[in-house]
This record gives sequence, structure tokens and C-alpha cells, in this order.
Amino acid sequence: MEKELRSPVAQRPMNVEDPVSKTGIGAQISVELNGVKLKVDMGKSILDVCRDNNVYIPTLCYHEDLCIAGNCRMCMVEVEGMRTLQAACAFPITSPIKIKTFSDKVRKARKHTADLLLSEHYGECYSCVRNNNCELQTIARECGVDSYEFGHVCEPRFEIDSSSHAVIRDMDKCILCRRCVRTCIDLQEVGVLEAINRGYDTKISTFMDKPLADVICINCGQCINRCPTGALHANDPSDEIWKAIEDPTKHVVMQTAPSPRAAIGEEFGLPAGTSMTGQLNTAIKRMGFDMVFDTNFTADLTIMEEGTELLNRLKKALVDKDENVKLPQFTSCSPGWVKFIEHFYPEKLDYLSTAKSPQQMFGAVIKTFYAKEAGIDPKDIVTVALMPCAAKKFECNRPEMNSSGYKDVDYGLTTREMAKMIREAGLKLPDLPKTNFDEPFGDASGAGLIFGATGGVMEAALRTVYELVTGRPVPFEGLNIDVCRGMKGIKEAKVKLENCKDEFSYLEGVELKFIVAHGTANANHVMKMLIKGELEGYHFVEIMACPGGCIGGGGQPIPTSELIRKLRAKAIYAEESTMPVRKSHENPRIKFIYNNFLTDGPGGKLSHELLHTEYVKRGKYIE
Amino acid sequence: MNNSDKIKRSGPVLFSEYEKGSSVKKALEMEREEILFEIKDSGLKGRGGAGFPVSTKWMLTAAANAEQKFIVCNADEGEPGTFKDRVLLMEYPWLVFEGMIIAGYTVGAKNGIVYLRAEYSYLLEFLEDYIDDLRKENLLGKNICGRDFEFDINIILGAGAYVCGEETALIESLEGHRGEPRNRPPFPVNTGYLGFPTSVNNVETLSSVPHIIMKGSDWYNKFGTEKSSGSKLISVSGDCNYPGVYEVSWGTTLNEIIELTGAENTKAMQIGGASGVCLPASEFHRTLAYEDIATGGSIMIFNKDRSMLEVLKNFMEFFVEESCGQCTPCRIGNVKLLEGVEMIEKKDYTPEYIDKLKDLGKTMQIASKCGLGQTSPNPFISILENFKDEIFSKN
Repeated sequence: MEKELRSPVAQRPMNVEDPVSKTGIGAQISVELNGVKLKVDMGKSILDVCRDNNVYIPTLCYHEDLCIAGNCRMCMVEVEGMRTLQAACAFPITSPIKIKTFSDKVRKARKHTADLLLSEHYGECYSCVRNNNCELQTIARECGVDSYEFGHVCEPRFEIDSSSHAVIRDMDKCILCRRCVRTCIDLQEVGVLEAINRGYDTKISTFMDKPLADVICINCGQCINRCPTGALHANDPSDEIWKAIEDPTKHVVMQTAPSPRAAIGEEFGLPAGTSMTGQLNTAIKRMGFDMVFDTNFTADLTIMEEGTELLNRLKKALVDKDENVKLPQFTSCSPGWVKFIEHFYPEKLDYLSTAKSPQQMFGAVIKTFYAKEAGIDPKDIVTVALMPCAAKKFECNRPEMNSSGYKDVDYGLTTREMAKMIREAGLKLPDLPKTNFDEPFGDASGAGLIFGATGGVMEAALRTVYELVTGRPVPFEGLNIDVCRGMKGIKEAKVKLENCKDEFSYLEGVELKFIVAHGTANANHVMKMLIKGELEGYHFVEIMACPGGCIGGGGQPIPTSELIRKLRAKAIYAEESTMPVRKSHENPRIKFIYNNFLTDGPGGKLSHELLHTEYVKRGKYIE
Repeated sequence: MNNSDKIKRSGPVLFSEYEKGSSVKKALEMEREEILFEIKDSGLKGRGGAGFPVSTKWMLTAAANAEQKFIVCNADEGEPGTFKDRVLLMEYPWLVFEGMIIAGYTVGAKNGIVYLRAEYSYLLEFLEDYIDDLRKENLLGKNICGRDFEFDINIILGAGAYVCGEETALIESLEGHRGEPRNRPPFPVNTGYLGFPTSVNNVETLSSVPHIIMKGSDWYNKFGTEKSSGSKLISVSGDCNYPGVYEVSWGTTLNEIIELTGAENTKAMQIGGASGVCLPASEFHRTLAYEDIATGGSIMIFNKDRSMLEVLKNFMEFFVEESCGQCTPCRIGNVKLLEGVEMIEKKDYTPEYIDKLKDLGKTMQIASKCGLGQTSPNPFISILENFKDEIFSKN
């Protein structure tokens, strides 16, 4: 199930024939790095060799998640015998060479390059969202820039595109490293952004230079996470949220998703993978939010609804032999993925679960169930969702998301924006005491918590579905379904249903086959398999739009890398393993809401009104 | 057809007697290695300007292990002041195509692609008809000349970007992408068109091959200098009485060219187009040769009435326009150099800043991603140096 190499030919690794098998000489090459003799692996880039040996090379267009571009020219080094300097990121070592990384020529060329970039970079650092976390700023310092050698633009050249609910493009700050282009085309296989024009007029543009809101952007925000400057940032609603907090007539409710908790510490100087759940609750309450709820509650609710929907589909397919039933069922909790399938595979929307995402379920529940319980008029409730995600901003603004009679979720707030608000409030997050989530939703199950990492929804769903069907817990050590975990692009596994309960006898002996994919490039691959008929016999597919799942979301702290994503995921799994309730259906508040509010049960009429949705066949045609 | 389109002088090499189709027939009788050695012994180097040994390029392509290989004829003749490839394509297409067929046979390619610059689209029909004729004559297609060798050629039009003359940008353009240079390594001989080994050769280079096959490397070595064998087509334009295409032996001096073309009161010669060097009269004794002044063939002559600052400005405007915009030094550096020229023009500059720009130019020469940015500061550096009295005394 490996997908084909998707990077453009130009950026693929050189075809280095395996020297071990061909000649028996061995795959190591002697290299001299700043006078130090080393043995390095054949085909490794100069940059990798330098990093392995603690030699620092500045980079801008390079990003370890992306294919090589070699266009910023910051990482130039001198290779003895070559007339020109070489981009360390793009130079594979295939013969013994001598490398100098800070010779006169190199330092001067890097300084010139930094000077040139700065001459075109409009704006001042202190009025930039990326102040103190900007790679261009860092480069300027490291190259010893102390004046604008070749001038500095004083007038903006471009209009800021703030049409999108999710991503704002400020092209005056763009340095044309094209990480966003490579993220969009290559990492995510969406292809909204590309360079247009030539030379000095080159700029990153959308189809026909249309506003981002009018093209097929899925709002995943991965481009934001990889932009080295402030050219791309999320649409920040924090001013309105502060206003709502200040307004005494408003009851402001925060729901927090699992991933921000595992990452927000990075914004306060803590290492990746430091869980901040309790401290974050305290911060939110001290900032003046009236309530803080755990989105994991509706993650559990999602499992109940989506799991029930899956069982219904299985029953229709296996018992009623209904040929219109679409299997496998695809998850629908990632709004980036939902918009992706709406644009790219609109004819396949029937495969998508109709269950809303946990964020939207919670919005609807807060403005109905909670409003009633608390005795507050839902018109006075403002719901804010702290999400790792840029697409959630678009999702909460979808016109159909008002099943409570009001806008179910008023604002989607990213982890980065939350950190900014906490800083504005003068709170030192790491030093705050821990507090729990507020009732009536309280603490959710661990199954909801692991939604944050790729494979988590699948794992949570299996724990519940398997137990509902067989009456026994899933046959995995400590409920940890390891096949769902990890950063492999497309994971697949199966579990056999045996000794089923009577009402599920039609599932007896069925091997439940499932797939987990993260990043829309992998999703795209899975969809191609679906079209080719290769998913025959599969039952359930989890897709997350972002690499690594929500922990790698477009609203998460910058920078990102696979290591950072792994550490965040690790924090989530560690926290989960100690939780008292680890199955969605065993969450007592879930039982409560089905007993007292959604009384016709999962998939019932009220559930359908509040917790399920419809999709839009968007297609790729742009007016 | 204007005056300069005519061949002013047919030299004894490229325009020597040649029977159409004969070299393909002869080459197919030879072993591939034999051809490689013949080309190697001839010392033939790339005629596009860079002067890379043809035999090395072919040998690397031949040695690469791949399912498919490609021969690409670079007919994106875009260097300002050069028009010699057009003449070859119009008047000697058989030399170009037969060169491609022999290259294909030698490296093991079945497909040849001519990348024809957009401005030459009026040649497309003529060339395609000619390729059709070659198919009919069994010089293209399957079992060429009854041998177990298959080769075909198609023509793809460029879209008017100067940078697509750079071989990796050309390949990107062939693949339907933005015409932007790739990182090298990997080189096209290893990872070229669609990722397959590809030999990209200039029109004139390929046209030399049939002669070498027919007449041998010894014959070819009789012409030119020790390190630059054979002849060179030059396109001469500017202040001279007889502009046009000339075949000259390598080793010809600039003074001889002035004489040939009837130029008078010559102040400067720009050798190698916009990206070349601009030489004052004191350097006219120098020769065209890979070891002295290497050139792709563009020669522009400027007489004493020309303002060299204006000449420089024209070149820098060209580079600002034609930079692909991918790498920083070229995209922004050329703009800064042009701004410097404009400052001099307005007499609003400091010598220190101009020196700083020359320094920047030197960085661009070694830091840019491809040959465009690496050579675009050449006129800035050479004109400001060689004509400093004129430029700075007036200003």
C-alpha cells in the first residue's frame, strides 16, 4: 500500500546506484568538512552531513518535510575544485570532496543573499505576527546584518488577502522560498499555490490570482506552519473573543481539543511533548472565560454516532444486501479532509460519515443541552473552540452549522492564537496550577483524547465498536491498538469479530478491515485506490488532513517536523494510558446525555438534527 | 528574411560537402564505442556556449542505467544577438536531425526532441515536414536503414523564456512545468527528461556530428586551435556593414572579425551575447577559442557613437526581465545592478556603492542557481571596468 514517489522529478534524489552491491567497496565516502576528515554515507546531502556533525548551516527554503528546492541560496558552501558555491541542501555527496562552510566567499555570499532578501521584505519585525519566531529574522542576525545594504522597500506592493476564514496571505513579507508551494502541491497534493510571473515580478499566487476563499484551498494551514516569515498566518479572532469576554451579557464557553494541550507549551519555551492540560484550563478560566469544556466529550459522542453509523451501514450491506450502501465508511472529523473530498472527489461524498466533527457537535450541544441545563439563553452564549487547526475556522463558518438555531461555534481559535492571548493576559502558562474541566461535561475518556494523533479515531472507534458487537474489550494489550499508531503515511490492519452478541450475529466471523491515512496526499492515494476498486472488503477509513493528524495541525506552534509531531503524539498517548475511562461508551456523561437529552439514542432523530450534517459537492471548477 | 539571415561566409567545416543521409548510414555500421571515440578524438565541445565535451556527455548518458533515454536538441536560441541556429535549421536541417539520430544510436535513446524557441514557431511546419520526409526515407522510425535501431524525433515549442536555454530549465519546460532550472547534480545525463538520462545538445553541436562521422576526427582537428577544434558559427550584428552568420575557425581574432564584417570606428565588442563579456579595442587582438574568449556565437559590434552606459542598461534590463525568479541572487541582484546603472545615468551615485554592487555581482556569479544568474553580472562588471573612463568621466 505504499504510494508512489510524488515529488517532481527535479527534486527527487539522484539515482545513486547502490555501491555496496555493485562493487563491494562499501557505501562510505571520505569527506573533509572544514578540515575535519569524515566518512559519510553515499548520496547524503552536504546539509545532512553538516547537521550530523554539528556544523550549522543557515537555511530558508529547506524544510525537512518537503522536497528540495535549492532556491534561496542561503545554505551555500564551498566545495573545493568547483567554480561556484553549492547549495548544501541540494548537493548529494557521491565522491570524496572537501567542503568549507564559512570561508570568506561563503560568508560574503550569504550576507549578500540576506541583504537582497531584506531589501524586498516589507514590514517591520515588531508589527509582525512572527516576531521572535521568524527564520528570516534569525538569518539576518546570523549573517551579521546591521544595515539595509541594498535599500529596503518602504511601500507595500501587494494587497493583503484576508478573504479566507483560515489563511491570510501577506505577500509583502514573502521571500519566495516556495515552501508553501511545495507544501500545497507536494506534501498535501492540493495545489492551490504556485509561483507566477518571472524575475522580479515573481509572486506566489492562486489560480488566476483569485482570493484564497474562492479557490480550492482546503484551509489545512500546513503552508502557515512551513512559512519561514509572516507572509502566511491564520485569521485571528482573538480581538472579538476578548470583546465577548468583556461583555457582561455574554456567557463565553471554551472547548479545548486534545492536540493544543500537547503543543502549547512549545509557545512558552517548553520542549515539544509537554502536556499542559490542567494549566491550560486554569489559564482559560483566569482569562475570564466562563466555562472550559473538553472537546473529548464530543469526541466520545462522535465515536458513538460514527460507530453506530458504521454498524448500520454494515447491517444494511450484510443483512439487507442493500447495494446503495457505501463502504468503507470514511471519517469526517477533519474539516480539511472534508473540504478536500468535496473539491476533489465530490462524487464520493456518500462514503463520508455524516457525523459532524467533535467541534461542531459540541457547539450544537452547548447551545441546546447545556443552555437548557444551565438556564442560559443560547443567544447569549459565545462558543470558542481551541483547535490545532486552521480549517476549523472555516468549518464553524459553514452556513449549515447552525443546528442549535444559532451559529453553533462562534470562533475557532488556534493553539498559536491561544498562546498569544495567554501572553496578553500576562499569564505564565507553565507555572499555573492545574485545574479540571468544568461540569456538566467534566473529564472525557482517553478514547477522545487520542483523536489528536493519526490513527486515534480509528483506535477509539475500534475499542467501542468491537466491544459493542462482542461484549468483550478489543483483543489488544492494554487497549493499545499499536497498528493504528505511528507516522507511516498509510496504515492498514484488520480485526476479526468472533462470538458476537446475538443482535450482531450478522457480523460473526467478519474481518473488520480498516485503513488510517494522514496528510491529504495520502488521502488522495487512498481515494485513487477506492476508485480503482482496491478498497473492496474494507470497512472503515480514518483520514486526517494534516501530517501526523491534529497534533500536526495548521494551527499548532511553529516550527513543525516529524520529530516534533512524534513527541506531541507521545505526550497524548502517555496521558491517555493513565486515564480511568478509556472507552467512549463507558464515559458516564455520554451515558447521561443519551439517557436525558438524546433519548432516541445514537443515530436517532435528535442526533441527526444536531450531530450530523450534509456535504457540498464543490468540485474543482472555479468561477 | 532580412539581410542578417544570410550566410555571409560558409567555412570549410560545417558547410563542407555532405551527402544527405550518408552519416547515419555510416554510423549505424559502426559500434557505439567507435562513434564515442571518434567524437572524443575530434575534441568537439558544446557550441551553445558552455563548451562541455560532447563525448563526455554522450558517454555518461550511454553509461546510465535506465529503461529509456532521450536526446534533446536545444533550439532555444535566445542569447541576444545570436541567430545562427535558425540558419542551420532553415538551410541545413538534415545536419541537425542526422546529428540527433547518431546521438540517439550512440547513447541508446529511441526518442529525440527538438525544443524550438517560440519565436521560431514559423519554422515548425517546415521542420515537421522535413521529419516526415526522414521517416519516409527510413532514416527515422523502426529498423532504420535496415538495422535493429529505432529512433524518432518530435518538436516541442518553447514559450519565450530566455532561461529555457539552460538545459535543466528546458527539460522542466518540456515536462510542462514552469521553465526553471533544476539543482545540478543530478545532471540531465543521469536524471533528465521525465527522470530519464538525457543528453541535451545545441543545434550547432549536433550539426557538426555528421561531418565528423563522414570525414573523421583527424580531418576535424585540422581546423581551429589545439584546444578548440573545428569551426564556429558566429552571428554578427551591430555597427558593421555586413551583419550576418559567418563560419570561422576557432582562433580567429576579433580584429579579423571587424575586417570581415566591414566594421568601422569600433569601440567595443560584446562577445557571447548579453551574458558574455564586453571588450574594448585594446583587447581586439584576442581570439575566439575555448581557451581565450569562449562564445556561443553572438557578437555585437559597437562603434564610437554608442553610449556604453546605454548598452549596459539595455543588457541589465534584459536580465531583470528574463531572470526566472527562482533564486535570490539572480531575482533581486539583477534589479539592484540595474538600479546602479540608473543611478550612474542620473549622476546620483557614490563610487563606494557602485563598488559594493560590483562585489554583489561577483557573489551572483558564484551563488546563483544556474548559468543565467551566474553570467548576468558579466556585462555590469566588464563594461564598468573596461569603459570606466567614458562612463564615469561623463557622469
